[in-house]
Formats: sequence, C-alpha cells, structure tokens
Amino acid sequence: MSRESVLVTPDWAEKNIDADKVVFVEVDEDTTAYDGGHIPGAVKIDWRTELQDPVRRDFVNKQQFEALLSSKGIANDDLVVLYGGNNNWFAAYAYWYFKLYGHEQLRLLDGGRKKWELDGRPYSTEVPERPATNYTAKDQDLSIRAFRDDAVAAIGSHNLVDVRSPDEYAGRLSAPAHLPQEQAQRNGHIPTAISVPWSKAANEDGTFKSNEELKALYAAAGIDESKPTVAYCRIGERSSHSWFALHELLGYSDVRNYDGSWTEYGSLVGVPIALGDEPGEA
Amino acid sequence: MSIDGCGAPTQGAPLPAGVDLAKETVITGVVRADGSPVPGAYVRLLDSTGEFTAEVVTSQGGEFRFFAAPGTWTLRALSRAGNGDATVAADRGLNEVAVFVTA
Repeated sequence: MSRESVLVTPDWAEKNIDADKVVFVEVDEDTTAYDGGHIPGAVKIDWRTELQDPVRRDFVNKQQFEALLSSKGIANDDLVVLYGGNNNWFAAYAYWYFKLYGHEQLRLLDGGRKKWELDGRPYSTEVPERPATNYTAKDQDLSIRAFRDDAVAAIGSHNLVDVRSPDEYAGRLSAPAHLPQEQAQRNGHIPTAISVPWSKAANEDGTFKSNEELKALYAAAGIDESKPTVAYCRIGERSSHSWFALHELLGYSDVRNYDGSWTEYGSLVGVPIALGDEPGEA
Repeated sequence: MSIDGCGAPTQGAPLPAGVDLAKETVITGVVRADGSPVPGAYVRLLDSTGEFTAEVVTSQGGEFRFFAAPGTWTLRALSRAGNGDATVAADRGLNEVAVFVTA
C-alpha cells in the first residue's frame, strides 16, 4: 500500500483546503480544541458524544453513523482527511472507525495539529456549513476489530501488541500521565503481549516514521508478520495509531484493533494479567 | 535546558476537583521563553529511559500538568518559540518544574 494513499502531508493539506470533494475532519481528545481554531473549512467530530453509543459501551450503529456523516455533510465519495491533537491518536481512531463502516477515500494528515501549529499554518474559528448528504455506511468490517474473547484467544498464539507507555505496560501507571491515575481496573498487561509504545512509530513532531524505520521497529520488537496481530492500549485510540502504522502504512494483512483495550480487559473477572516489564507466560 | 532552582515557585495548572494529592504524583509548571510564558507549547513527559509517557499543550499562561508516579522524569517542550527540556525528581503530591525554551 502506498503511503500517499493513506497519509497526506501538511503541504498537500494546505493546498487542498478548498478542493472539491475533500473534507477535513478534526477529532480530538480535548473536544474544545477545534473551537479555538481549526484548519479552515474543517468539520468537527466529537469522539465521545458522536462516535459512542450514549448508553451502552459500544460504537454508534450503522444507522447512527449514516445519520452522523449525513448531518456533517460528508458524502460517500468524499475524500476525508482526518487530523487532530495528541499526535493524531483520536484522528487515527476515527480513521479506523470510518474504515470499520467502509468509507473508501480516507487519509490521515501527517503530524496532525501539532505539526500544523509548529509549521505556523493557518487556523480559522469559522464553523463551515455543509449541506446535508444521504450517507450510506457498510456493515462493520470485523476483520479489523478485536473483541475481548479475541484478545484472550490471542494469548500465546497471535502477536499481541501493547502500545501503551512502558509504565502502563508494567503496571506502574494505570493511564497516560496527563490523566489522573485512580482507575477501577487492575494494572498490568495481557500475558505474552509485547510492548511497542505507539510513540516509537512517530517522530517528535507527530509525523509517522518512515516505512523502513517502522519495519525495523516491529521486527526488532518480535512481531511475526506471518501471524495475525491484535493491538491494544487503554481505550483503543493509541492502538488505532499503531494499527494505522501496521495495517495502512506497512500493509500487514491481519491486524485488528482491540478497542475495549485495557479499560475492558483490566476489569474482566478471571483473565490472566502479567505485571512488570516482561511479556510473561501464556 | 534548565530547571527552576531558585526564587518563587512556578505557578502550575490548577488541579481538577477530586484529585487526591496524597495519592497522585502531579508534575506541573510553566514553559517560558525569555521570561514570558509560552501558550500552545507541546510538552512531553518522558520516563527515566527517555520513552514517551504523555503529552499536553500548554494553556494561555504556558501551564502544563501531568499525573505521573514517583521517580525521575524529563519534560520536553516543542514550540514555535523553540525547544527545551528539564528533569524533575518527583514525589507524591505537587511537583513544580519550570521549562525554558530557546530557538
């Protein structure tokens, strides 16, 4: 898969701000970031209120996703360019989510908000008005989504990749360090999961490393290309970033994102947990 | 590359309600360039091996805040005013550290 078919540069983005059939979509952990300034013409999707079911812990269903994209003025044949803060964690999550519902023309803006801001590129506070569309989604493509039983079944047999920080992996922290640490779930990692922090796939400015660097990274970490891979983090957003690197940039064929991730696994009764810096035994 | 070793403590970001400082290890402070706070700087918290742990964007007053664990941490700031870093040996409770950036 060519890099250009999944990732756009800030230069490309700035030249295509007004391009026909190109829609920029901002998705942030901090859902107020967009309001303070965004790429001109970009629409906002709130991952918390618009991509999650309001009651159960799950995604919005196909009909709700269709209604959401229709209301945002996104058409099936639009090229959607996703970007956001936190080194594109939530933009990568939205990318994976759009893929799940079968959107075809999809790109991630390399470096997200950070690179855009460090480059001093333009922002606008104007909220665009896009006419509603009649968006049609596909059924979820479950070949890229892993559930809790898949994660348990992957112990000792598949590549399990824990992309959280080393301290979360070892159980010394229970959440990324910009969040309070008191959590309901137990700390640690899924036994036999290898630790490849998401940040190793990115440069300091938030852009992805080259395919050669990524290949070397995952090979050195011990990911066997011939086996299926399940990636997870705490809530599935950082693992979307690594899923993007493995599946979209490197083209590994069977890579699934476990969106339940540690907040689900660490709360399950009876499943094995490994503590410390080593993967542990199956 | 400096930490605030003298003078008045730096004013960090306000804590959200419900944070228990007896349990949390809070690392907070202000990013400055030529004495002025730098809003919109990207501050990363790196662990003792230099690995990324978290990243925040500074407030209008240049403030950042992390919830870490006791130990040695590095703060690394990237901004349009320049880059810089600082290290802190953090204990439970509030740990204040200043980060200075230069072009």
